[in-house]
Amino acid sequence: MSAVAGRGAAQGVAGGATTTLRRTRRADLGGRAFRGLAVGSGALILAMLAAVAGFLLLEAAPALTASPAELAALSWMPDDGSLWRYVGPLAFGTVLAAVLALGLAVPVSVGIALFISHYAPRRLADVLGSLVDLLAAIPSVVYGLWGALWLAPRLQGPWAWLADHLGFVPLFAGPASTPPRVMATVGVVLAVMVLPIVTAVSREVFLATPRLHEEAALALGATRWEMVRMAVLPFGRSGVVSAAMLGLGRALGETMAVLMILGPGLTYSLALLQVGRHQTIAANVALQFPEANALGVSALIATGLVLFVITLAVNSAARWVVARRAVGGAR
Amino acid sequence: MAQRIEVKGLDVYYGSFRAVADVSMVIEPRSVTALIGPSGCGKSTFLRTLNRMHEVVPGARVDGTVLVDGVDLYDPAVDPVAVRRQIGMVFQRPNPFPTMSIAENVLAGVRLNDRRISKADAADLVERSLRAANLWKEVKDRLDRPGASLSGGQQQRLCIARAIAVQPQVLLMDEPASALDPISTLAIEDLIAQLKDEYTIVIVTHNMQQAARVSDRTAFFNVAEAGEPGRLVEIDDTSVVFSTPRHKATEDYISGRFG
Repeated sequence: MSAVAGRGAAQGVAGGATTTLRRTRRADLGGRAFRGLAVGSGALILAMLAAVAGFLLLEAAPALTASPAELAALSWMPDDGSLWRYVGPLAFGTVLAAVLALGLAVPVSVGIALFISHYAPRRLADVLGSLVDLLAAIPSVVYGLWGALWLAPRLQGPWAWLADHLGFVPLFAGPASTPPRVMATVGVVLAVMVLPIVTAVSREVFLATPRLHEEAALALGATRWEMVRMAVLPFGRSGVVSAAMLGLGRALGETMAVLMILGPGLTYSLALLQVGRHQTIAANVALQFPEANALGVSALIATGLVLFVITLAVNSAARWVVARRAVGGAR
Repeated sequence: MAQRIEVKGLDVYYGSFRAVADVSMVIEPRSVTALIGPSGCGKSTFLRTLNRMHEVVPGARVDGTVLVDGVDLYDPAVDPVAVRRQIGMVFQRPNPFPTMSIAENVLAGVRLNDRRISKADAADLVERSLRAANLWKEVKDRLDRPGASLSGGQQQRLCIARAIAVQPQVLLMDEPASALDPISTLAIEDLIAQLKDEYTIVIVTHNMQQAARVSDRTAFFNVAEAGEPGRLVEIDDTSVVFSTPRHKATEDYISGRFG
């Protein structure tokens, strides 16, 4: 009898322990839900990337497998019907436009971001900061219209001057075309377009510089600029690369502005001031798509696949450069 | 190299708020002066006025004079950047530049002054500064490793090496050991005792045993209540302050009755 009671009591104790210490369903629900959400979101990104890549491959397949003779029948294909010879200049033009835009925009962006974060008086910095955020939110088509209709005609003079005085540099080889529907104009407009986003992100990065590092420089007798060079720029370098990548994405994919400005042509020319030399992948797809037949659409999607690969490659390269240059990964 | 500091009637303001009121004291060369007092008493703020680092905070300003070897730091003709090159500072948390190597960290201040230092001179200066900071033996084989790869105590000694590499006249230390373990703290205290042969040292500390151990003179700051300015209660030889202070508040503080 007592043995039975003792066993019952022991069971009771064990039961008590399990109810207080064992995981309960209710307490675990939030954790599970969060984990599900996080894993799900992560998986969704991969799934979307795979879906886009799959779509591009699948839709481009007919063009990729088509015979040169079939492709040559498309009016805008090279006569030998080689898809690669068609994509080559487009990819070149795309990268050229993006490099030009970033080359112009990033130094200016970093300058503006530094001015806002470390030079401007507090109130001016606040105003400028929110202004930049505002500009970054404006859709690129608005910049495209402004660039094509207002800015481009005004670049006529500067381009003619460049061709006259620096024409010996291959980039500025003359004659400068009139109207300036040229790569140089595209580069400037794209630069204006990516400037706000690159500035906004760089500013955040510079503002996050640890106070300790800035004071370390100042206490050694650094001037403001020396402090920026010793503490702010090294700290912000990887962030600026990320900002530039965001801008690069915008520049690589920009369609409308390029379409409205550029007089297209398919060459590997470096002459930025001559019309009919370049075209970008995105603008070309928009230009040819409305009148393309089934095989034409497939060929255009193949060029889109190339753009996708370029973007991935550039992004990975940039991340690799940043990771390699971070000193020991130490913070 | 070491110089005498004379502070007369110094008030420090942040905007319209008076953080420190009416401080006058003389800091002798080749000595260690400890500033002690409860949190918010203005001792760190006062320390920063000695190399104009308080000006980093917008709206901070000073009334009164700080004479270093007879030159008023707040004379309009004086450049705060030049002041900081002559009056070095070590902070509460070690702050080596994370992207620079150990050697580059030591040379950081020198490069600001004189970019064209020869390789041999640079190597020599790195060794001398690290030796003076008691760090040479530990890092001599890895001078090109990042400064951030060192332990906290080593990083702090690296910061001291960086500060003395430019051969300042005065060394200010703002709780230099408060983020360190006891052994690293001891290393820093030994170092302070050696450095005072050459430099005028002013150290802020929350640790009264530390003040008693390292300093020749001790200044006690106090604040009546939050919102009031901090004031200098007394300054005297450390042995006097810790045995027979003139003020009740000092005695209460050093005996641990408040603060």
